[in-house]
Amino acid sequence: MSENKNSNGLLGWIDARFPMTKMFEEHLSKYYAPKNFNFWYFFGSLALLVLVLQIVTGIFLTMHYKPDGDMAFSSVEYIMRDVDWGWLIRYLHSTGSSAFFIVVYLHMFRALIYGSYQKPRELIWLFGMFIFLALMAEAFMGYLLPWGQMSYWGAQVIISLFGAVPVVGDELTLWIRGDFVVSDATLNRFFALHVVAVPIVLLALVVMHIIALHEVGSNNPDGVEIKKNKDANGIPLDGIPFHPYYSVKDLVGVVVFLILFSAVVFFAPEMGGYFLEYANFVPANQFKTPEHIAPVWYFTPFYAILRAIPDKLTGVIAMFASIAVLFVLPWIDRGKVKSVRYRSTSFKLLLVMLVVSFIGLGYLGALPATETRTLFARVFSLGYFGFFLGLWWISKNEVTKPVPERVR
Amino acid sequence: MGRILIVAAILLLPSLGWGAGGGHTFPDDEVHIDWDDKAAMQRGARTFVNYCLSCHSAAYSRFNRVGEDLGIPDELVLENLIFTTDVNGDKTKVGELMKTTMTPAYAEQAFGTVPPDLSLIARSRGVDWLYNYLRGFYVDDTRVGLGVNNGVFQNVGMPHVLAELQGLQQPKYKNVQDSHGNESEVIVGFEIIKPGSMTKSEYDQTIHDLVAFLDYLAEPYKQTRKNVGTGVIIFLFVFLILAYLLKKEYWKDVH
Repeated sequence: MSENKNSNGLLGWIDARFPMTKMFEEHLSKYYAPKNFNFWYFFGSLALLVLVLQIVTGIFLTMHYKPDGDMAFSSVEYIMRDVDWGWLIRYLHSTGSSAFFIVVYLHMFRALIYGSYQKPRELIWLFGMFIFLALMAEAFMGYLLPWGQMSYWGAQVIISLFGAVPVVGDELTLWIRGDFVVSDATLNRFFALHVVAVPIVLLALVVMHIIALHEVGSNNPDGVEIKKNKDANGIPLDGIPFHPYYSVKDLVGVVVFLILFSAVVFFAPEMGGYFLEYANFVPANQFKTPEHIAPVWYFTPFYAILRAIPDKLTGVIAMFASIAVLFVLPWIDRGKVKSVRYRSTSFKLLLVMLVVSFIGLGYLGALPATETRTLFARVFSLGYFGFFLGLWWISKNEVTKPVPERVR
Repeated sequence: MGRILIVAAILLLPSLGWGAGGGHTFPDDEVHIDWDDKAAMQRGARTFVNYCLSCHSAAYSRFNRVGEDLGIPDELVLENLIFTTDVNGDKTKVGELMKTTMTPAYAEQAFGTVPPDLSLIARSRGVDWLYNYLRGFYVDDTRVGLGVNNGVFQNVGMPHVLAELQGLQQPKYKNVQDSHGNESEVIVGFEIIKPGSMTKSEYDQTIHDLVAFLDYLAEPYKQTRKNVGTGVIIFLFVFLILAYLLKKEYWKDVH
């Protein structure tokens, strides 16, 4: 522990009883991060920022929201109209959920291009994937709470997917809903899960994600292990203390993010119907199916994969597989070189295929299905899964460029 | 190369969206709402309470909030906007929600359905849709009891409550072919067959004002939202300069 300093005063008193200075040093002032972080490295700290934002705005929303089939929709409008600054709290929360996925998708893409999931960071990636899973559950259940038409029918469609499970399917959907249709019972349990259960899991996973990261150390755009080159004091030659270097750098990222975020919150909170769907301004009605049911944009890539396959059960399996395959990414990639900078052209082409497929699927998943679109969705689904298959194939004997000893 | 492919793919994607549109609707005009034009919203509010509020509610909104936002004092709100009564038969108070006096059971009996609440109609339907819908009623004798149909919302259960203002109009049809070669008759214009108390441009203006009010009603805090947003973003830009300078100062010794 830090006997040499801070042994006096209040901090000294605390440090003798709780490792405050020790933790601050381990995770901030003496955590050495590579000095060559670029644009892609802002999204980790931004994800943490959005998480805090969602929790704080969520607490205030909970103070006024009523998880009751007869009152939920009007309580949201009550927040929007009668609660002081209620519209701001609600728009921050609704925009925050979309922002969370944008930031997390970019964060995951960063890991993909710089090989941050590769040995020895497999567990960081796995914890991250569990965060992604929890986040999807959190977003799905949260979307039911405004109790609009799209909340209701979106939940109805997604829950009915579990009905495709052989033998126990119907029992399973009944158990999830707590009723034969999505109803007050469903709303209440989703509320409990959304505000209590999933956030606890999310926070625990985020802590584990960060602890694992700080144990191994951060990767960087060159994919070089900075711990291999240390000075006499054992400090990585290419490392700089996270605080103050990256705390001040991330602050710039935070402000740029907040400018873009505010532009949406204050000037386009519906984001053209993508962040808040127009049909969700109509209260839930179990007797009236909307013309077109589309999930919110961040689920559309997976939804498109589901719809691309005519058989329901196979479609459901493919949809879950599209997420499950990400979990095993560290073992699919058999390559030794991490960064895209030094990897083969085949890897780069695969990466392009993945990005095009994912965006294509996301675009198609938001639209009603037609024959042409289903055809495209199938091509993009193959492109999505093709990335992983191709990566496994090419990474065995990949021709790579020489990796430098030190970061550049 | 990779970047070109990505850009090309993203640019090509929207072409898949073609052919997704619904059927032909008429009229098909766009409406421009000026958020500073409080006078238009006040006129719209008057039309709203006189013609809409008897069947439709706006139950997420309060009378005095409308007054406050549109610059109408409480006394004038009571006098000119409140014509409903509460359960005891007393005049609705100024701080009350804008509910309708028609019971759901009566509505069900009279119209076959409960008329939707209009607080958020401008957000779920959009202002253009409302502007066209309210100008789209035409004579259709096949509609028993109503006598009208609508060029935007076929077979809607709502009677043409503004007929005394607009008058009654009759559609002009034209035959068109779709991409599959199927012929169908679509409405391309209207012709007044029984004039109302307003000319066409007066009626269009009235509907414009009503839609402006509905747009306000759907998001009464919209103006505040934009004003606060401007301040927040200006502040953030100033903060960005300081944050950037701070970063630059700290990073001077990193090579």
